[in-house]
Amino acid sequence: MAILQTRKLDKWFGGLHVTDNVDFALEQGEVHCLIGPNGAGKSTFFKLVLGEHAPSGGEILYDGEDITRTKSYERIRRGISVKFQVPGIFQALRVRQNLQIALQHHLQGASLDEEIDRLLEFLKLKDTEKQLAGSLSHGQKQWLEIGMAIALKPRLLLLDEPTAGMTPDETHATGEMVQALNADGVSVLAVEHDMAFVRQIAQRVTVLHFGKVFAQGTIEEIVADERVAAIYLGEIHA
Amino acid sequence: MASRNLLTSTLGLLEGPQTLGKGVGFWSGFLVVLALACAYPLFADGYDVGNNVYFFNWAFMALGLSLIWGYGGALSFGQTAFFGVAGYAYGVLTINIGDAYGLTFVSLIAAVGLSALFAAVLGYFLFFGRISGVFLGIVTLSVTLVLERFMSQTAGPEWAIGSARLNGFNGMGGMPSLTIPWPGGDIVLYPDVTLYYLTLALLVIVYLALRMLVNSRFGNVLVAIRENPQRAEMLGYDIRRYQLGAFVVGSGLAGLSGVLYTAWGNYITPSSMGMSAAALPVVWVAVGGRSDLTTTLFGTLLVLAGFQYLTIYGSQYALVVMGFLLVVTILAAPSGIFITVGSLFSKGLRRRLARERS
Repeated sequence: MAILQTRKLDKWFGGLHVTDNVDFALEQGEVHCLIGPNGAGKSTFFKLVLGEHAPSGGEILYDGEDITRTKSYERIRRGISVKFQVPGIFQALRVRQNLQIALQHHLQGASLDEEIDRLLEFLKLKDTEKQLAGSLSHGQKQWLEIGMAIALKPRLLLLDEPTAGMTPDETHATGEMVQALNADGVSVLAVEHDMAFVRQIAQRVTVLHFGKVFAQGTIEEIVADERVAAIYLGEIHA
Repeated sequence: MASRNLLTSTLGLLEGPQTLGKGVGFWSGFLVVLALACAYPLFADGYDVGNNVYFFNWAFMALGLSLIWGYGGALSFGQTAFFGVAGYAYGVLTINIGDAYGLTFVSLIAAVGLSALFAAVLGYFLFFGRISGVFLGIVTLSVTLVLERFMSQTAGPEWAIGSARLNGFNGMGGMPSLTIPWPGGDIVLYPDVTLYYLTLALLVIVYLALRMLVNSRFGNVLVAIRENPQRAEMLGYDIRRYQLGAFVVGSGLAGLSGVLYTAWGNYITPSSMGMSAAALPVVWVAVGGRSDLTTTLFGTLLVLAGFQYLTIYGSQYALVVMGFLLVVTILAAPSGIFITVGSLFSKGLRRRLARERS
């Protein structure tokens, strides 16, 4: 069953059709990557799913329920979580407190502290817990935000370019984190440019182009698709 | 047992990530300062002590602005609106219902409640309308200026509520001081030693209560909103409610300042909601260091004292100096003088220690 589904999802910005009748389904337990050239409408699609933008038409279903008009924070409480493209962390607060704010919804006291410690371990941020989040390296900031996103115990995790600015080692470690989460049953939808990372994590790939679903399939099928190469991979291998 | 746990965990919030100062050292210092404040009337003339209550009166508004702006990240430029509403409300109420049976305190609570209610209505439209940043400052400033204009034109006899004349530009006077009912004669709190202790006690209570508030889960979310509202919302928090909550509490404190000021001087004027009055709290809070309650409190008292000195002995330029101070603070010490001086000092100390070691 699909955990996330959009039907004829549509978004106009003035005269610009940024999301064009998108029918999309993310299956329960799947890791799915969204790719496409710049301006393809990937980030807008995320914002529609999160409720940051209201769609011009169509509907969004989460776990079979219509959430098209549901408030953002309400969607989060139902089990959707997100890691933004630019690390969205609380820069002036300490690393530990960043995680605490994400966790204090459902935990308190000793179990809260234990969960923070467990997450710090998982994120390889144990040594930095007392630092201000703003003083972390770029990769560590990305991890911290992934940590905040998974602290909510989401059923669906949205990752917007999770490896942007990471070293190859950091990228690979991030891929392992995503795989570990997926093994625990979290469904993942990621926007990503790094094809090695897509290859590492994705079970299926959707290509967006000018706001439309252009192609869909496994990474091998997508890479073999000459039309995709023409619009997207062509850019990279040119 | 459970209640004891609750007590210790509540008191534990007196220290935390959102407040400077912890441990034996800080609290000893706190007690020393408190003891000095308590001892002050023993060494000073009652008249001076009563006059100096003036400084404490403003501190509540400053602490409230620290909560809204320093912790919540929403710059309200119109806290004087709530100051004025509560001050006038206290005047109207006490002139009509009198000062017997502790009714002045009922009026105090009603007036503060009214300013908080006003803040709740205004804040609802501001925060649920997603108004933020400079626009929030513009709207709140406009509100206080509109109130000032309105009250300034209430000079005629038709502008009266019950037996209380609003009195236009000249301001409203004749309201009673706070009065404690007492067997054998009510205690009237004229600007004197008793009022000093009462105001000091209120200030200590509010300061400690705010420390607990900002270190609570509520405070965690509040600073998260200041740092990154989008992220806070995408952690499942309805940030509008938190912003509104902080705005109502902070504005209620501005209201408390308004009542205390009005009861202290038996007088309030529309200019207390005017442009320069509205700008001053922003200066006090910014100069001291808005993102901490302690630096806000001391910064406010310090700047107020300096301002007072300039107005009395100096010149007509006190306001210009305040503006200059604000600009310098924002450019050179955006986190406030105490934190900036403190970090410079500790940097210097570290450098010296390093030099001595090598």
